[in-house]
Amino acid sequence: MNYFPDEVLEHVFDFITSHKDRNSVSLVCKSWYKIERYSRQRVFIGNCYSISPERLIARFPGLKSLTLKGKPHFADFNLVPHDWGGFVYPWIKALAKSRIGLEELRLKRMVVSDESLELLSKSFVNFKSLVLVSCEGFTTDGLAAIAANCRFLRELDLQENEVDDHRGHWLSCFPESCTSLISLNFACLRGEVNLGALERLVSRSPNLKSLRLNRAVPLDTLQKLLMRAPQLVDLGIGSYVHDPFSEVYNKLKIAIQRCKSIRSLSGFLEVAPHCMSAIYPICGNLTFLNLSYAPGLHGNKLMKLIQHCRKLQRLWILDCIGDKGLGVVALTCKELQELRVFPSDPFGAGNAAVTEEGLVLVSAGCPKLNSLLYFCQQMTNAALITVAKNCPNFIRFRLCILDPVKPDPVTNQPLDEGFGAIVQSCKGLKRLSLSGLLTDQVFLYIGMYAEQLEMLSIAFAADSDKGMLYVLNGCKKLRKLEIRDCPFGDAALLEDVGKYETMRSLWMSSCEVTLGGCKSVAEKMPSLNVEIIDECEQMEFNLDDKQKVDKMYLYRTLVGHRKDAPEYVSIL
Amino acid sequence: MSSENGKRLLETDAGGLNFEATELTLGLPGEPRVTSDGGAKLGSKRGFSETVDLKLGDNNREVKLGHSLQEAAKSPVSKTQVVGWPPVRGFAKRGKKSCKYVKVAVDGAPYLRKVDLEIYNSYQQLLTSLEDMFSCFTIRNYLNEKKIDQVNGIEYMPTYEDKDGDWMLVGDVPWQMFVESCKRLRLMKSSEAVGLGLTTGPKYSSTN
Repeated sequence: MNYFPDEVLEHVFDFITSHKDRNSVSLVCKSWYKIERYSRQRVFIGNCYSISPERLIARFPGLKSLTLKGKPHFADFNLVPHDWGGFVYPWIKALAKSRIGLEELRLKRMVVSDESLELLSKSFVNFKSLVLVSCEGFTTDGLAAIAANCRFLRELDLQENEVDDHRGHWLSCFPESCTSLISLNFACLRGEVNLGALERLVSRSPNLKSLRLNRAVPLDTLQKLLMRAPQLVDLGIGSYVHDPFSEVYNKLKIAIQRCKSIRSLSGFLEVAPHCMSAIYPICGNLTFLNLSYAPGLHGNKLMKLIQHCRKLQRLWILDCIGDKGLGVVALTCKELQELRVFPSDPFGAGNAAVTEEGLVLVSAGCPKLNSLLYFCQQMTNAALITVAKNCPNFIRFRLCILDPVKPDPVTNQPLDEGFGAIVQSCKGLKRLSLSGLLTDQVFLYIGMYAEQLEMLSIAFAADSDKGMLYVLNGCKKLRKLEIRDCPFGDAALLEDVGKYETMRSLWMSSCEVTLGGCKSVAEKMPSLNVEIIDECEQMEFNLDDKQKVDKMYLYRTLVGHRKDAPEYVSIL
Repeated sequence: MSSENGKRLLETDAGGLNFEATELTLGLPGEPRVTSDGGAKLGSKRGFSETVDLKLGDNNREVKLGHSLQEAAKSPVSKTQVVGWPPVRGFAKRGKKSCKYVKVAVDGAPYLRKVDLEIYNSYQQLLTSLEDMFSCFTIRNYLNEKKIDQVNGIEYMPTYEDKDGDWMLVGDVPWQMFVESCKRLRLMKSSEAVGLGLTTGPKYSSTN
């Protein structure tokens, strides 16, 4: 049923860029499937174990950009052992062997070895962009290989990775001929860098738009770098410690004023708060400000800084800003869309913290707010109901009360009504994380109202299986469900096993599901991998089906059981 | 919850070494342990059990706690943290990266127990925990104090099997080294240990 030649369709498909839409296009008919697959350049794989590299290569020979995610989200909180899986090497090996002209690789929560990086750097002539988020397993030697061998490298973006820093001269490995850098982010590296090499690299990179430095880059180097790169749009400051009366500081002020394009500011990995005034000239243009690594910045200095940032759309901050500081945000940042408040002392008593008051203030002052991550001491139903009324546009709402079963301190009631108000009001809500004292009731609300919900994180909540059932039955668009420490057992798990095929993954730890229940799921659904993670080998001698499972992770897959699981992972 | 015998041990200052820091105190969980110079609490990671206000049975509501909270509530270690909470990335890896369960045998007991060495930070925490676990026995602490159990007058020496298969007295090497090399624990009846010439305490005595 083709009224147009393939080339025309292909051209039309070029305008369809979202993964979801392209996936839909490929399902229309055989002809469209074929045209779409040959023209597809960007592929996103949310779970690296759902498909194999060979099948990826076979289907999309024109692949240029690949995004892969490995470990489940709870790996961020030490709930998944380090060697659980998510190795990128087999992917790079397979791609290298093929004729794929890979140009971009974006990885999240994967294990990346130096060997992989070296192979990557040598196998793809046009390789341009490497983005590693929350990965581990590599050292600066691997980075040196990338620097040395990727002649047309445009982007090297390392976000929150665990890198073994050999303090080698990886930066010096960028050849003199490399002038193509657009983005360089090495903020997560802990070691020294060759400052001279860094300066020379920045000098010969006229297209550099994004530069995020690590802690080892001192202020005088920063000043020199800014003088050489006034065109920067995104800056991550390493060390910001200096004497306000020094020559360096004066030079810095001049350098910063030249940087009229900076829209995004982060870092301050070391900060002397009395010198923030040098930053004021660029604050008025900022759309993104990330001060979540700067606990030294709080109180009046912080508030004064924020008062200059009238155009902020995204703010990441520590809770030492306090409710009062959030009041300043509410008054100043009328364009605010995303707010993240991180705990400055997650395991402490939290005197310097925020409460429901700060959140209410921001919700009242910032009507465009649509994305929230908020760690706080306490929350009330009344506050949540107010927030829901003020901000019906939430897409992401993640609330973390530091005491996970804390009720509303005013009424002593669970927070069911508050979260219920959020899901009822925010019809576009896609991601929700709950905390505080919660009963089955909140899940009834979620099942009823959260029609667009794609990801739900639950901890220490609910009274019975009903909670989980409400969610599984109600949330038709649910893709990822992660649960810890809830009284959900086999009855909930087994009620509708077909549902899991419509989802990317389900994580359940410290719940009431048993080995028998998990086996049952595996038996009924061969298209799922049901993994039992048993690090402490508590199941070593006791294979009783009635034994409770400590950690279960199940996900849909087209390629069956993975072969790289460590000993303590059983795939049922 | 752990035993409530607020016994306090006397310390001997053998060889001029500072034993205060390693004093085996059996205070109530949650009680601050302050050294004589009023210094910082030992092992003073703020316990989860302190920050959690577990309103059990409040308003006639039965709160079903997840396993992790139940474990934290009844753990004999007074300062415990729930793994992975709060869900915050990158804060110095507070959660357990690994767990190291070793079997604990007590001479005369009909069954063994298992303990996870990773949850303790020091010898005294481990020994306190073992005392709670085998509450009818008395463990001779590694400071060589004789503590005779009131009930049956037996005391025990804590020993362990190391990577080489040798049986060692608990307390000689730094804590971390011990955790790495310990394969299993055995609380040996002191009467049996006499012949081994174990009459003096171990050499290692500083904290963690």
